[in-house]
Amino acid sequence: MANMLEVKGLQKSFGELDVLKDITFDVAQGEVVAVIGPSGSGKSTLLRCLTQLERADGGTVSVCGEPMLTAEGYRDTKTLHQIRLKTGLVFQNFNLFPHMSVLRNITEAPTVVLKTDKAQAQARAKELLKKMGLEAKADAYPCELSGGQQQRVSIARALALSPEILFFDEPTSALDPELTGEILAVIKELAAEGMTMVIVTHEMAFARDVADRVIFMEHGVIVEQGAPSQLFGDSASDRVKQFLARFNG
Amino acid sequence: MTSEEILHLLGLMLQYLMPTLKLFGATLLYAIPLGMVVALMKMCRFKPLSWLTNLYILIMRGTPLLLQIIVVYYSVPTIRSSASCPAGLRTLLERVELKGDAGDVYMFRMILLAFVLNYAAYFAEIFRGGIESIPKGQYEAAAMLGFTRLQTFFRIILPQVVKRVIPASSNEVITLVKDTSLAYAMGYMEIMYIAKKQMTTFSSLTPLFLAGAFYFVMATVLTMLFGLAEKKLDYYK
Ligand SMILES: Nc1ncnc2c1ncn2[C@@H]1O[C@H](COP(=O)(O)OP(=O)(O)O)[C@@H](O)[C@H]1O
Ligand SMILES: [Mg+2]
Repeated sequence: MANMLEVKGLQKSFGELDVLKDITFDVAQGEVVAVIGPSGSGKSTLLRCLTQLERADGGTVSVCGEPMLTAEGYRDTKTLHQIRLKTGLVFQNFNLFPHMSVLRNITEAPTVVLKTDKAQAQARAKELLKKMGLEAKADAYPCELSGGQQQRVSIARALALSPEILFFDEPTSALDPELTGEILAVIKELAAEGMTMVIVTHEMAFARDVADRVIFMEHGVIVEQGAPSQLFGDSASDRVKQFLARFNG
Repeated sequence: MTSEEILHLLGLMLQYLMPTLKLFGATLLYAIPLGMVVALMKMCRFKPLSWLTNLYILIMRGTPLLLQIIVVYYSVPTIRSSASCPAGLRTLLERVELKGDAGDVYMFRMILLAFVLNYAAYFAEIFRGGIESIPKGQYEAAAMLGFTRLQTFFRIILPQVVKRVIPASSNEVITLVKDTSLAYAMGYMEIMYIAKKQMTTFSSLTPLFLAGAFYFVMATVLTMLFGLAEKKLDYYK
């Protein structure tokens, strides 16, 4: 299987603070990777570096076989734009465009950025909304939706550009506990369809259930990574055990 | 004053309403886009430009508009006739300073220039506040979807800014309609001008009250218009 993501020795610091130190991992096509770890360990920064929202200070990154960050630095703007369109990011707090209807939120990028025909973009958006169980909400505005519904729209919005790999940064953390299930169900469905995903999450049961691999991060390094059964079953690291105990206990 | 005289006065004032509206409309036409440019300049990452813009805003907001009008108006003839004025600049200023029949044109332009410079500074601060109030997440979501910076500004940020700046802008616009009366000081023939003249002619305060009524009606209409605009944009939060 081809690697959709190859990260080697990734480094990022904010001033004196080394947030990412020598991060190395790959993600294969169709693989679902859960990233867990205490808050402040650099999980969001990692996703932000992989999606170009943040500039890394060192290391190399390839997305879908296309080098994005090499030993010589970042690729040219045009290539970076092309690579970005292969990656989607679902934010913790959705970041929907409040002044646009649900449908417009989804069609805006395909029509403006990809120059897709409007009718075609709308048809695709409706298809995606149907998949998210939101076909009735096409004309609603984000403020009229529940958090769970908004998050599903934001997933549809990311999918509308047909990304090759989808990143999630704590997609259920801003939601009421009773609403997290609907998001997790959507992600599970995407996993079943073979979508390559990297999911930062605090939902341990979900990570165990849906992920092919779990990465445990702390203080900007990957402490351990492996199959969920390994990490959640009998981790080699005391630190991982300690962290997981808080969730099981 | 007899009712006939009042009716005549009313007709006269309606004629002088046009110059007032012209100054008001032209100021908005130029000051709003300029205000947006000034706001972006102040937020510019190139610090010297940002500081310079800030200085301009401080001066415009920290000194009286009337003073600014007088300075702008007299700057051209004063600089032109000063001994140290370079020849090139003098020729240029002579072309700007229209005299004789065109004197009114010069007057309007200079008054308008002062109004635009002043109001652009106020609008700039309102727009900057509006732009800075848009959450960072909006820019990040737009970037993730592949929008360019220009597309992000015009499609995602600006429409949200418009909604947020309407209440504060409405105050400025209503102040502007009343501020146009300052042009009277330069002899610009608008409502204030005719009211003051008729007051002397008739030894009556009625023309002034009538002028006040004109401003009151304009301010009220504007308040209603902005109320409508706010309602129109109420479809989202
Ligand atoms: N833009 C930033 N500037 C300075 N420090 C930051 C910035 N973003 C994150 N950090 C710091 O980096 C560390 C890791 O943050 P983050 O990646 O958000 O962790 P996590 O998502 O695992 O909770 C934290 O100490 C945080 O304060
Ligand atoms: Mg985080």
